[in-house]
Amino acid sequence: MAALTRFAGSEFADRNGLRPIAERLLHRAASEAVRTGKSAGRAFAPLGELRKRSKLKPREGKPSDAFDLTPTEDQQMMRDVLRRFARESVRPAAHDADMHPERGAEVLEAAGELGLTVDVIPESLGGTAEHREILSSVLMAEDLAWGDMGLALAALSGRGFAAALTDFGTVDQQNRYLAAMAEEDAPVAALAIDEQGPRSNPSHPQTRATKVDGGYRLVGTKVMVPMATSADLFLVTASVDGEGPTAFVVPGGRAGLTRTAARTMGLASAQLGTLEFDGVMLDGSTRVSPEYDHARLLDLAKLGVCALAVGTAQSVVDYVIEYCNEREAFGEPISHKQAVAFMIADMATEVDGMRLTTWRAAARAERGLDFHREVKLAHILCSDHGMKVGSNGVQLLGGHGFVRDHPVERWYRQLRAVSILSGGLVA
Amino acid sequence: MISLEIPRRLRGVATMARDVAQGMFRPISRKYDRAEHDYPVELDSLRAIVDGMAKGGSSIGATEIKREKSERKGVRNGKNMAAVLNVEALCWGDLGLLLTIPGQGLGNAAIAAVATPEQKERFDGKWAAMAITEPSTGSDSAAIRTTARLDEATDEWVINGEKIFVTCGERADLVVVWATIDRDQGRAAIKSFVVERGRPGFDVVRLDHKLGIRASDTATIHFTDCRVPRTNILGSEEIQTRKGFAGVMQTFDNTRPVVAAMAAGVARAALDRTRELLRMEPRWRRPRWQLDATEAELQRLEAELEAAWLLTLKAAWMADNNQPNSMQASMAKAKAGRMANEVTLQCVSLCGALGYSEDELLEKWARDSKILDIFEGTQQIQQLIIARRLLGKSSRELR
Repeated sequence: MAALTRFAGSEFADRNGLRPIAERLLHRAASEAVRTGKSAGRAFAPLGELRKRSKLKPREGKPSDAFDLTPTEDQQMMRDVLRRFARESVRPAAHDADMHPERGAEVLEAAGELGLTVDVIPESLGGTAEHREILSSVLMAEDLAWGDMGLALAALSGRGFAAALTDFGTVDQQNRYLAAMAEEDAPVAALAIDEQGPRSNPSHPQTRATKVDGGYRLVGTKVMVPMATSADLFLVTASVDGEGPTAFVVPGGRAGLTRTAARTMGLASAQLGTLEFDGVMLDGSTRVSPEYDHARLLDLAKLGVCALAVGTAQSVVDYVIEYCNEREAFGEPISHKQAVAFMIADMATEVDGMRLTTWRAAARAERGLDFHREVKLAHILCSDHGMKVGSNGVQLLGGHGFVRDHPVERWYRQLRAVSILSGGLVA
Repeated sequence: MISLEIPRRLRGVATMARDVAQGMFRPISRKYDRAEHDYPVELDSLRAIVDGMAKGGSSIGATEIKREKSERKGVRNGKNMAAVLNVEALCWGDLGLLLTIPGQGLGNAAIAAVATPEQKERFDGKWAAMAITEPSTGSDSAAIRTTARLDEATDEWVINGEKIFVTCGERADLVVVWATIDRDQGRAAIKSFVVERGRPGFDVVRLDHKLGIRASDTATIHFTDCRVPRTNILGSEEIQTRKGFAGVMQTFDNTRPVVAAMAAGVARAALDRTRELLRMEPRWRRPRWQLDATEAELQRLEAELEAAWLLTLKAAWMADNNQPNSMQASMAKAKAGRMANEVTLQCVSLCGALGYSEDELLEKWARDSKILDIFEGTQQIQQLIIARRLLGKSSRELR
């Protein structure tokens, strides 16, 4: 509610005519709070007040529930806001942020004002979550990525960090960090999962945490980390000898941690970078709770990547429809040619298939059902067809698609990341 | 609220259909693939089961899936959803046999969609085939040449022409024939007529030998001054230039998801059997590039199937909830048709000589599946429909 209030009063909401929507959201949140007798404003608990780890329950679902593709009213309102934001603020900034990543700052700040994190943080810690919102994460990622995949990744990396701590953080970590994530001037946070090397497998991190007196000593390298050089906090996956994979909360300025910006094929606007841990000393409190489920974290991260792919691929489809209707050759729009039109028909069909498989995995996850198979299937489709859509997007514009005046070459570069990126954004 | 799971009630329906597929279709699948043109007598007993299922509120095929006016508020998972679930499960058993279940022809769908109460009563319980295609007219169904002339003296329609590719044309009791009542008026003058088998001038002249779905008969029928009562026309006699043909084409919005479901069923059968033969349980936990090529390919094919199946459920869900779904129905059909063909062919290849052998059904499914990308609108027709919608083009602009 705190975040919503900020949003309703923000300059962005005003400028974009979103105040009525924000006020409606706020009204809902307020009436919820009254109904349940809770005041979200009281929840900025000082460190140590809570004794128990907060854990969000899955959304209630019954086996008799209907097959349905209708978002909830809250989800729809959020979509309306984010689609507009993506169209009016993110897309216009995308080109510049791709060339000069630091120029994405303004739009990321505006995204921060939208309160993109509060609904994965429990009410007791200042958020608005009544249950673990996973579909909402997917819809948000899809809608923001329509504007720009890299900026979406950067804007939502904090949400992913918060979601992961909501699921797996210790009581101390939740009190310390989640409460802060729900506040104004929330820290910038990101996940560090991917590692260098053509055969790296995120299930078995090569980054090692060795037990030493008073905690752990962290050695290893993480790559493709969003906001790598500027983030205040990272959740870093690592293997502990004899125990297998786990994760640690590591502040950005820790001694022994070297952060460098990376230059990659695409996604410059996500400010990807490399984290080198050269014997970083961590005390025991930085390790996530014993309930940590590495496979679940990776699956939720994959889900986030799928959602980014769906939104980006949809933007390709929407763009080529407009372009091919306007571009004339041989005396008529090129969209009058079956060779062109059928490509577009296939692209739209495959994107919808990507979307539905992603939604299915997300809806299962949100209800507490096993979703590993479903997210794998979605990821295969998003990797293969996402890239194909990106490639066809360039193809349909011909030589114009190859120059950076049009966004399709950027989407082509970004969509290549889908099959590679394991981390970044936890749904 | 977004959920892409099948509700429990309908899962039960699909389980029953799966039992029929396993217990009745599979045992005779090869028999009627070899004995093309022999009527599968075993299916007569299925009629009772189908009627029972229909009474239980679920349709086995296309018969009952016209749109229902929603009386209740909220989301419906109705007859369209039940139909695709049933058909998917049955086609896991055998596509050819599904197509020749007595009383479940495409003509029955047309009658259910547009017949008057009087006609519904008269044609109740009859098995109705559908005759659209002609030797020189395939996808371009507006160009058909079969004529129907009204003889005012006897109050009868007189039908002349040749129809090919009539599924169940020999076995059905009735054939719904598309014919023009005025060739100069184009599509608006195309009407459908119910012709009872055995009327003078109705001759089944040929049964095709086919690549697949051999259990299902495909007939060529000649109509020579074939007379039917005036009341056998489906829909109005008037030539409405604006609506007529579009109304006829709308039937496809409901039947295309059903064909997509057929594709999902056949593909699922091939994937299941291939995993059995290769003794490969899915290894979802491994990264894609750590799998051997066969397992990686199986996972990719399963992903394609999942996409096609969810597109199918989406199109059926839209129909159940009275949302216009022309484009989504075509997307489901286009995706599922090409998917099933690819999946079944790849499964044969993955299983090598065993896959190619008639000792297994894999080669049969790979032959059967080709029709799924052709009938009820070819891949290319679906692409046209999708593209016109997306691009906002008329059939004159995007031809």
